Amino acid sequence: MTGVPLSWYLILSALLFALGVAGFLFRRNIITVFMSIELMLNAVNLSFVAFSYQLKQVNGHIFTFFVMVVAAAEAAVGLAIILTVFKNRETLNVDEVNSLKN
Amino acid sequence: MPASLWPSWAEMLRFLPEIILTVAGTLIMMLEPVLGSRSRRGLGQFALAGLSAALAAAVVADGSPGPAFSNMLVVDGFATFFRVLVLAVGILTVCSSYPYLNREGASSGEYWALLLFSITGQCVMASANELIMVFIGIEISSISSYVLAGYLRDDKRANEAALKYFLLGSFATAFLLYGIALVYGAAKSTNLAVVRAAVEKGEAPLLLVGIAAALMFVGFAFKVSGAPFQMWAPDVYQGAPAPVSAFLSAGPKAAAFAVFLRVFMTAFQGVSDRWAPVVWISALLSMSIGNFAALRQSNLKRMLAYSSIAHAGYVLVAMAARSQSGSAAVMFYLAAYALMNMGAFAVVAHVAGKGERYVEIQDLAGLAQRQPLTAAALAVFLLSLIGVPLTGGFFGKFYIFKAALESRLIWLAVLGLLNSAVAAYYYLRILVVMYMEEPGEVTNGLGPLPLGLKAALAMPVVGLLVLGIFPSGLLDYAVKSAKFW
Repeated sequence: MTGVPLSWYLILSALLFALGVAGFLFRRNIITVFMSIELMLNAVNLSFVAFSYQLKQVNGHIFTFFVMVVAAAEAAVGLAIILTVFKNRETLNVDEVNSLKN
Repeated sequence: MPASLWPSWAEMLRFLPEIILTVAGTLIMMLEPVLGSRSRRGLGQFALAGLSAALAAAVVADGSPGPAFSNMLVVDGFATFFRVLVLAVGILTVCSSYPYLNREGASSGEYWALLLFSITGQCVMASANELIMVFIGIEISSISSYVLAGYLRDDKRANEAALKYFLLGSFATAFLLYGIALVYGAAKSTNLAVVRAAVEKGEAPLLLVGIAAALMFVGFAFKVSGAPFQMWAPDVYQGAPAPVSAFLSAGPKAAAFAVFLRVFMTAFQGVSDRWAPVVWISALLSMSIGNFAALRQSNLKRMLAYSSIAHAGYVLVAMAARSQSGSAAVMFYLAAYALMNMGAFAVVAHVAGKGERYVEIQDLAGLAQRQPLTAAALAVFLLSLIGVPLTGGFFGKFYIFKAALESRLIWLAVLGLLNSAVAAYYYLRILVVMYMEEPGEVTNGLGPLPLGLKAALAMPVVGLLVLGIFPSGLLDYAVKSAKFW
């Protein structure tokens, strides 16, 4: 790995993942929350690619493709669910989706 | 690497249940547009046939155990056990969904297709031998389940359940995936056997393995609804259609426990002294939170959801034992639990009526006078959930606490038993309402039990009584197959 050591990639990946977690926990718009999850998945992809490069294997690269495909499927389903929620409630605020309780 | 890219016939045979389910699901989606509205009703029966064929295939595949597809999957006794379990859960789900969907006027092909795809994912999870297969299996199962939870798309509650399930489920998956990435970096492979060897020989950096195990624990704990990651379960089980809640509390949960157990008993076996205390705490928290929250519920589905958190706690007790008998107890308990919970939710689906208006405990008042057989079936399920002798639930709990005592987890076993006593209170409350009170408006207006629900009640009752009177057959199989190399 010319110039940039593995640890930098891992730290960047951890930071991105933490940003995703923070976004998931603190943002209130459903779409933003959803994007935070995608950010977490992409942070993991960065780790996979960095490890894969370090280990001189292709496995990690292939894993990222699996992850991307799954993320795309998840996005399709997730956006559809968000759309039905919006149709029924006309809000995209997580806190206002709270009819289930006693 | 094998020389030939084309998998051998033996490998195809080992993968046959998944192939059958995928083909059946795809066929349903292709057939639906070309069928008339009358023959579309037959798609449910078609799904049932597909599940039965897959069940037979899973049993046949057990005859030729071994790895498949370059060690990505492995068929062993453990995989067969959970495959058969999730397929049986699928059959029960079809039986209870069929009349439910007709009543709601929401019968359509994609429900069956999604159900089959979800079970495909769970079968993959059961036989996964690679962390990437674990991930893919979980996602196949989860993505279909998200849609199933929100299947009644004009229902506000179902929407909300689907949204919460989706957001928290994907959040958990991201943690799991991050753990997998770190394992890959630490052990240079994602194959469970290779990871195990690397961890045991100390080749993998301990810090990285520790963080990876912690992240994967978070992911799995979410999927099995173990504390402190249980908060999605009550909302999802309450909001989703009753047969789907039943399915979610039995199928995906059992499959998630299967991978949880397999990954932690193989890949992280070398560091089991470190993760055992975490499982210990999670078990205690799940039991206590689940049982004490269930005490205060008046909504049946929500109460069953909290009780399912508590039951996840009991299973975690057996996991904390870290022994072969502990793993066997996990398997036995999950089988009994799937039967009793599926049955209890089937009764809820019946009583709830169109649009699920009647889901309060009080709505069951006098059920025993109006429909004695339904009430008797629910009584068997509740007694089994309590853990009364002669039911499968009793031996499930017995083996769990026996395994815990053998591993010297005396405090955990004692606290678990106290928890079971607390649980008895809220289950008995339902029995009292059902048997001691006069029939109310809801039970008086109750229609006859449809055929599908009859099957969905009769099969678990028989299963639980068989497990309660002759538990040794299943337990012997579980003990024999709870070995991880």
